[in-house]
Amino acid sequence: MQFSGRIRKKLRLAGDQRNACYPHSLQFYLQPPSENISLIEFENLAVDRLKLLKTIENLGVSYVKGTEQYQSKLEAEIRKLKFSYRENLEDEYEPRRRDHISHFILRLAYCQSEDLRRWFIQQEMDLLRFRFSILPKDKVQNFLKDSHLHFEAISDEEKTLREQDIMASSPSLSGVKWESESVYKIPFADALDLFRGRKVYLEDGLAYVPLKDIVAIILNEFRATLSKALALTARSLPAVQSDERLQPLLNHLSHSYTGQDYSTQKNPGKISLDQIDSFDKGYSYNIRHSFGKEGKRTDYTPFSCMKIILTNPPSQGDYHGCPFRHSDTDLLKQKMQSYKIPASGINQILDLVKGTHYQVACQKYFEMTHNVDDCGFSLNHPNQFFVESQRILTGGKDIKKESSQPETPQPKPSVQKSRDASAALASLNSSLEMELEGLEEYFST
Amino acid sequence: MEAFDPAELPELLKLYYRRLFPYAPYYRWLNYGGVTKNYFQHREFSFTLKDDIYIRYQSFSNQSELEKEMQKMNPYKIDIGAVYSHRPSQHSTVKLGAFQAQEKELVFDIDMTDYDDVRRCCSSADICSKCWTLMTMAIRIIDRALKEDFGFKHRLWVYSGRRGVHCWVCDESVRKLSSAVRSGIVEYLSLVKGGQDVKKKVHLSEKLHPFVRKSINIIRKYFEDYALIGQDILENKENWDKILALVPETIHDELQRGFQRLHSSSQRWEYLRKVISTPQNMKNDKCGPWLEWEIMVQYCFPRLDINVSKGINHLLKSPFSVHPKTGRISVPIDFQKVDQFNPFTVPTISAICQELDVVSTNDKDKQEHEAESESKHRVRDYKKTSLAPYVKVFEQFLENLDKSRKGELLKKSDLQKDF
Repeated sequence: MQFSGRIRKKLRLAGDQRNACYPHSLQFYLQPPSENISLIEFENLAVDRLKLLKTIENLGVSYVKGTEQYQSKLEAEIRKLKFSYRENLEDEYEPRRRDHISHFILRLAYCQSEDLRRWFIQQEMDLLRFRFSILPKDKVQNFLKDSHLHFEAISDEEKTLREQDIMASSPSLSGVKWESESVYKIPFADALDLFRGRKVYLEDGLAYVPLKDIVAIILNEFRATLSKALALTARSLPAVQSDERLQPLLNHLSHSYTGQDYSTQKNPGKISLDQIDSFDKGYSYNIRHSFGKEGKRTDYTPFSCMKIILTNPPSQGDYHGCPFRHSDTDLLKQKMQSYKIPASGINQILDLVKGTHYQVACQKYFEMTHNVDDCGFSLNHPNQFFVESQRILTGGKDIKKESSQPETPQPKPSVQKSRDASAALASLNSSLEMELEGLEEYFST
Repeated sequence: MEAFDPAELPELLKLYYRRLFPYAPYYRWLNYGGVTKNYFQHREFSFTLKDDIYIRYQSFSNQSELEKEMQKMNPYKIDIGAVYSHRPSQHSTVKLGAFQAQEKELVFDIDMTDYDDVRRCCSSADICSKCWTLMTMAIRIIDRALKEDFGFKHRLWVYSGRRGVHCWVCDESVRKLSSAVRSGIVEYLSLVKGGQDVKKKVHLSEKLHPFVRKSINIIRKYFEDYALIGQDILENKENWDKILALVPETIHDELQRGFQRLHSSSQRWEYLRKVISTPQNMKNDKCGPWLEWEIMVQYCFPRLDINVSKGINHLLKSPFSVHPKTGRISVPIDFQKVDQFNPFTVPTISAICQELDVVSTNDKDKQEHEAESESKHRVRDYKKTSLAPYVKVFEQFLENLDKSRKGELLKKSDLQKDF
């Protein structure tokens, strides 16, 4: 991508050529864009896509993916930001172009660390899943053809010939009308997760995959491809970052995901100055009050698990509470799945939650995420979780003692990323932590 | 025929590697038509020498070098490993992390010891003609799936020399498969799960995946002779109790009564089939026709070792290697005659060496010794021993590989308009 120093007019292509560039309402982003754009457009596209991805993240936390509310809210947001999502009567070229370019710009910002990559990939996958889910059947085949995967719809004769076998193999077809289902054949190795569990019919090296199962394969493929691409991008990043016009924007974009790094004095860039004013007005009083620097000057001790579970449950607009006590089980399950906790562990945790053993559930969660058989302690305080976690993560070295007497966070050594600052803050009163997370909502309007 | 004496191995191996080992077809196999540069040169071999000295990362520039080394080292065992990014013999000179296993055949190892819980006649390293049927069924079931479900065309089955069989899948695309896909293939082929502490190792439902259905149909062909007559799995209380452990308790009484009344495993099996399908018993939704299939599968279905198949760098015993304990040669199995294969008639190294002696004393050959070169001489040597039919099977396998390769090259050159 070339970045020009002056504002350039957008290239005006003839109608046919424009459609040929972007034949579908969604894509796999296999080819980077090759036009010139202005810095202003560069920045706007990036910010818009970031808004979209953050909306996707929030919706994924608040609603079960795929439900009507999730789908309609997501569609509204995409439409508002003028990105492509389904075929309309109007000219599709501009939304698709915006979608294409903005994706590649964000790659630059989000390739830099494992955490950033993971977040970016997750939201982009959810976006692709949504777009694919609203793709009309007749458009599916064309879209698949243009991807680099070797899907091929089978003819009705082929389908009839194998009806018994395919029905007997694919769980996703149970209770479904055979006639209305499309079946695709792909090389068996491209359907690993299906064939290893014998959940698909194999014949002569080809897997006969119903449309429902195709989505899972596509998403897997997308994740693998994007992951590789991000790793490659990271390697060529120094060249991009040396461009002074881009450096502050890319830094700001990547920080928007993890939250501001409160521990060091950095210049976060132009946009953040405005944000700091609002931050000061809206939040700093509360924070100072909690630390005993305002009003009654009482340094409030953070709540224990028992207190959090039994008293002051969160309601609309609140962000505190115990995730195991106060989350909807579906959302809790979804969240743990996104944290890659194995299914057996998730089931155990959910069973404990059902039996109201919230602290034991949290202990189990601790064990799963820290890869230990026995957490070795009896959990009764959120700060204790943090301390024990640090003990494992730092190999038993200096344990950060921020338990019951929180002080203003100390400046961290330079190597620590903004993530660690958030972790340090997690040791404070959980209601305070949740209020700080509300900052993201605050800035995203 | 002289019995095999392990003490004679050094002498026997010397003769075997000089006069009998089929180097030409062996090289032809691993060279794969010379289509990929350095494919043979980057292949790892490992040798186990006398006194259990084990050396890895052996590699050779060509057939001649392979021969010379084998004759010099006189290995007791030869294993074949992966094709690497560099010559294995030079791996220590390669930058750290750059020396990688890249390709290898997909291999399977089926070992009779893994069936000890379901065979009454033998245990551990022992085998007999009764339990060998387990290998026959395994070969048929796995081979059908590899061919019909996965579309693999070049499958070589080899007797391991003692208590099992190996399969080498040599298709070009298969050699490039990732470890994840290899694991997936083994998972697809696995139905028997659980170790000593698990009594019921197979769980099926009324709806069967075609792979399972077709595998059970193969087992059906052998079940009566193998399980009901040969293994006599319902012979007496001690044995039918093991089967009762695999079916719901609600039908135990009814089954026991019938078993006591009847006189043979075959009769008892028919009775069991009836009992599990009565409408009365099927009111318990754990009871149904699948119980019959679960028992058949637990007693007869192949048990694979996933570790052998999933690693690209895994080393497996080479065909035509000698088994140091039994003296038997690891010979290819003719799939067309798999039901007739008898591990006890596989030639031992002492037997074929003796056959060679007999041949040599023949006058005709003495004359021809002078005239021809050593390797041509060797071609006729093994042809005059019991090894001949097995080398023939191997050569047929190589013919098929060649045909496929020519077909592929033709396709490619047509696409490139390269006439």
